[in-house]
Amino acid sequence: MSYLKKSPWLIHYDGSSCNGCDIEVLACLTPLYDVERFGIVNTGNPKHADIFLVTGGVNTQNLPVVKQIYEQMPEPKVVIAVGACACTGGVFHDCYNMLGGMDKAIPVDVYVPGCAARPEAIIDGVVKGLTVLEEKQKALAVSVSAGKKEEEIELAPQAVMNERQEGSGCSSR
Amino acid sequence: MGKSTVIPFGPQHPVLPEPIHLDLELQDEKVVRASTSIGYVHRGLEKLVEKRGFQEYVYVAERVCGICSFGHGWGYSKAVEGLMGIEVPKRAEYLRTIWHELSRLHSHLLWVGLGADGMGFESLFMHAWRLREIILDIFESTTGGRVIFSACKVGGVRRDIADSELKEIVARLDKLKKEIDAMIYIILGDETIHARLRRVGVVTLEDAIALGCVGPTARASGLPLDYRCGDEGGAYKDLGFRPITETEGDCFARCKVRLRELLQSIDIIKGCVENMPAGDIAVPVKGFPPAAEHFTRVEQPRGEALYYVKGNKTKNLERFRLRTPTNVNIPVLVKMLQGCDLADVPNIILTIDPCISCCER
Repeated sequence: MSYLKKSPWLIHYDGSSCNGCDIEVLACLTPLYDVERFGIVNTGNPKHADIFLVTGGVNTQNLPVVKQIYEQMPEPKVVIAVGACACTGGVFHDCYNMLGGMDKAIPVDVYVPGCAARPEAIIDGVVKGLTVLEEKQKALAVSVSAGKKEEEIELAPQAVMNERQEGSGCSSR
Repeated sequence: MGKSTVIPFGPQHPVLPEPIHLDLELQDEKVVRASTSIGYVHRGLEKLVEKRGFQEYVYVAERVCGICSFGHGWGYSKAVEGLMGIEVPKRAEYLRTIWHELSRLHSHLLWVGLGADGMGFESLFMHAWRLREIILDIFESTTGGRVIFSACKVGGVRRDIADSELKEIVARLDKLKKEIDAMIYIILGDETIHARLRRVGVVTLEDAIALGCVGPTARASGLPLDYRCGDEGGAYKDLGFRPITETEGDCFARCKVRLRELLQSIDIIKGCVENMPAGDIAVPVKGFPPAAEHFTRVEQPRGEALYYVKGNKTKNLERFRLRTPTNVNIPVLVKMLQGCDLADVPNIILTIDPCISCCER
């Protein structure tokens, strides 16, 4: 990938980590690394986000929150597990309430190792995530044209409604 | 008065880097009651002491929190050293003090940034975090890590800092001090910051004592509570330490305490470098912890943390207990939120400098 086709927005959530990785995620946004110059914005709203940067090994109380954020994000979306805990459970892998790895909670696309993951590694992970995002976008586009017949059937009631509206003279234009 | 509404705040919220959940009961725009629920970052670290050897556990203790990681490693090591009666070399104590005060600098600068972001002052956020990178560079050149650097071990420290490097650190800190001075000038003189923080979230001295708050939150209300005054470990006793206090008890006072502590930490590090004793940096640790108990304290950037250890003559400790400053400051946070405006909630939460992963361990 030679250039960014899209300015990705990301959402960051601490899924039971020690916050070492979280401050490194924030450090990516601040002047030394400054990913905002590429149009990468940290948003607080899951519905605006393309990339989910998630840290930590997820404990049982945090599991529904992580799932909820993931489900609220629109397709196509990419999940990047940041740090050793998010990849495998790390130093907390045998704690009694930890799932031990983000992929046990939600599907993960890119793994960024490190304890704490370095900002360079996180940026690398996001760049890799963008390739995945592009692929997912293409896959979505294909599925729409392949399932054309299905789409027509679904659209039928809508078309009927439009006809009715036109017939009743609702449209003033 | 309108009907009361309950607004959920968190666990995922733009101003919070870490998850904490608050239920805010509102009447119009005023918060009448706030209740917190925690546990989103609970990892059960105290229990993990049964699975890890007592020397190995220092790594886990450092991962209690990524911001004050060195302090937790130090606190745990200090507790085990007390339990086993290990005398730590003087040079190691001084090096620990230097790293700990550098951690405080990085933590407070991080807080200035998050606090500024919470009130919408984004350029100050960026500025504070730019200054913080200078500290992280020092960590990286002295230990190899940026946020979690495993420099502390039971019986001393893992790495020495050469005298030439110490001088270079002082030169870097002198440069940083000028920039911090300029930043403090901006913060103390800015009208918007005054408007957002003054007379917001006031804690009286009586409340601070009654609710048992610690750290800068207590010191901003005039309570001179700083464990560095009486700390037997570290270089604080040799250097002579006086806690910084303010009397107003509002968000602005808490901000001022932290800003003044930035300068104080630089002075402490310089004092350590000037009086740095020569000698070993660690002593060998032999045997297992005895069947006894010991507790000690460390003044973390957010306040006093208490470490309790209990041995049973085996490789593993029987019990490790950690009481962290954020945990202690939550009652006062709930009290501050009562009667405040909804728009001030992020500011009030951020000025106790919550570190949720410390709090829940």
